[in-house]
Amino acid sequence: MKKELSNKTYTLNAIIVFAVIIIIWFIATEQGLVKEIILPKPINVVKYIYEGFTQNNLIADVAISVQRILLGFLASVILGVPLGILAGNSKICDSFIRPICEFIRYIPVPTLVPLVMVWVGIGENAKIVVLFLGCVFQLLLMIADDASAISSDLINAGYTLGATRLQSLTKILLPAMLQRIMETLRMVIGWAWTYLTLAELFAANSGLGYRILKAQRFMQTDAIFGLILTIGLLGLVTDRLFMLFNKKVFHWVE
Amino acid sequence: MKKNSFDNIEFDENGILQAKVSTTKIEAIGVDKVYQGRRGSVTAMKNCNIQVLDNEFVSIVGPSGCGKSTLLRMLAGLDFPSSGQIIINDDPVIGPGRDRGMVFQTYTLFPWKTVEKNISFGLELNKIPTNVQKKIVDKYLNLIGLQEFRKSYPKELSGGMKQRVAIARSLANNPEVLLMDEPFGALDSQTKSSMQLMLRQIWQEEKPTIAFVTHDIEEAVFLSTKIYVMSARPGSIKEIVDVFLPYDRTLDLKDTKEFIDLRRYVSSLLDEQLLTDG
Repeated sequence: MKKELSNKTYTLNAIIVFAVIIIIWFIATEQGLVKEIILPKPINVVKYIYEGFTQNNLIADVAISVQRILLGFLASVILGVPLGILAGNSKICDSFIRPICEFIRYIPVPTLVPLVMVWVGIGENAKIVVLFLGCVFQLLLMIADDASAISSDLINAGYTLGATRLQSLTKILLPAMLQRIMETLRMVIGWAWTYLTLAELFAANSGLGYRILKAQRFMQTDAIFGLILTIGLLGLVTDRLFMLFNKKVFHWVE
Repeated sequence: MKKNSFDNIEFDENGILQAKVSTTKIEAIGVDKVYQGRRGSVTAMKNCNIQVLDNEFVSIVGPSGCGKSTLLRMLAGLDFPSSGQIIINDDPVIGPGRDRGMVFQTYTLFPWKTVEKNISFGLELNKIPTNVQKKIVDKYLNLIGLQEFRKSYPKELSGGMKQRVAIARSLANNPEVLLMDEPFGALDSQTKSSMQLMLRQIWQEEKPTIAFVTHDIEEAVFLSTKIYVMSARPGSIKEIVDVFLPYDRTLDLKDTKEFIDLRRYVSSLLDEQLLTDG
């Protein structure tokens, strides 16, 4: 049996875990138990992030990374959502769309990067294409599942109330799916952050991934830590924003 | 080509013989349903015939798997016979439409719409003017006794309330016939009884033509004017039982001898099935 836990205790426990990790980190580095090149001091990491944003133009790298994410993510949404809805609703469309997507999604995206470089070059588009390839097939399949998860009785109820096929799509299926779609997008944009760093580790000269790579060349562990944390925090913020939005808009969800 | 029936002959209050002419609203003629499975074809329904007249409340009962729900879905145009014909109001059924409202066993309210928006959904589709919509919604909210819930979302309603709204949503659309597929099947017995009472009252006030599928014999006897008893697979109509019980029905009726006898009779028809079909 799973015991209920109050929100307060939950948050407190989460904070304790973070605190314990930071304290151990702090002690280990202050006492000189680990070399600074392996594990930098927490204060240096904070200093790196702070100076990054105040003096070293880190914000420009954040901006270019966010821009790449948005473009790659939007492209996969524009293609993946409609095709996913089609596949989820019609067996014929499903037979054309699903098998090829199932195949491609098992190809690790890093193996596609060299191909992308051959085809698209190493410019801005290449990064967006990598992001797009990473997201679109999974997204499509998940949206298809979202569509088929809608009860057929709900759709049928609409038909018996006089809805046409088009109306059943626009007035029943889409509104009924919208919350699931947004939850799926929330998950996929999380993966977009993963593929971003991948895209920027190859042939980039800007962005957070590129900065990490550069820091590694100069063995700046504090910078690596700072950048990882920055990416983590940005991802967390995106996720929370999505969650808040969904909670607000889809208050009717049972 | 209106088909008429002169079955409803009765004396009015002055003792004069009145023959009410009823039109046939629903007709299933020689309906077969065959499913193509991996191990060959399965005949689920064989030569099924029903005829529901205007304003009748007809229940369809039968053992599970006899195809009573499938029959109802065919009437709705959500499923199709392998052979035979379904005719509603003299027109063959070619698909679902607003003339045949349906209430399902599962909850099918649109969860993103308030109660009143759910009820007016069909009216909106049909571009009924807003002020007329409001009047109709008010009327049906009154009928189901949920006026104070008009702005509520389905998640705030109990199962019984959801089904009441579903009934109102169908009726508001003014369908020719109301098809109900075990609408109270998921409710607890007390809620179920009060829903039956409410539905019977609605039927007496509004006189919709209702085809009601249930596996609950007591429910069928209490609600209907006529009961179609189906045989086990392949399903067909085994017997038609006329329900001669008082017009005004209260829950006390369920304890009367006439009611119990009728209920036993319908049960015995179904039990025979189990014996003969093993």
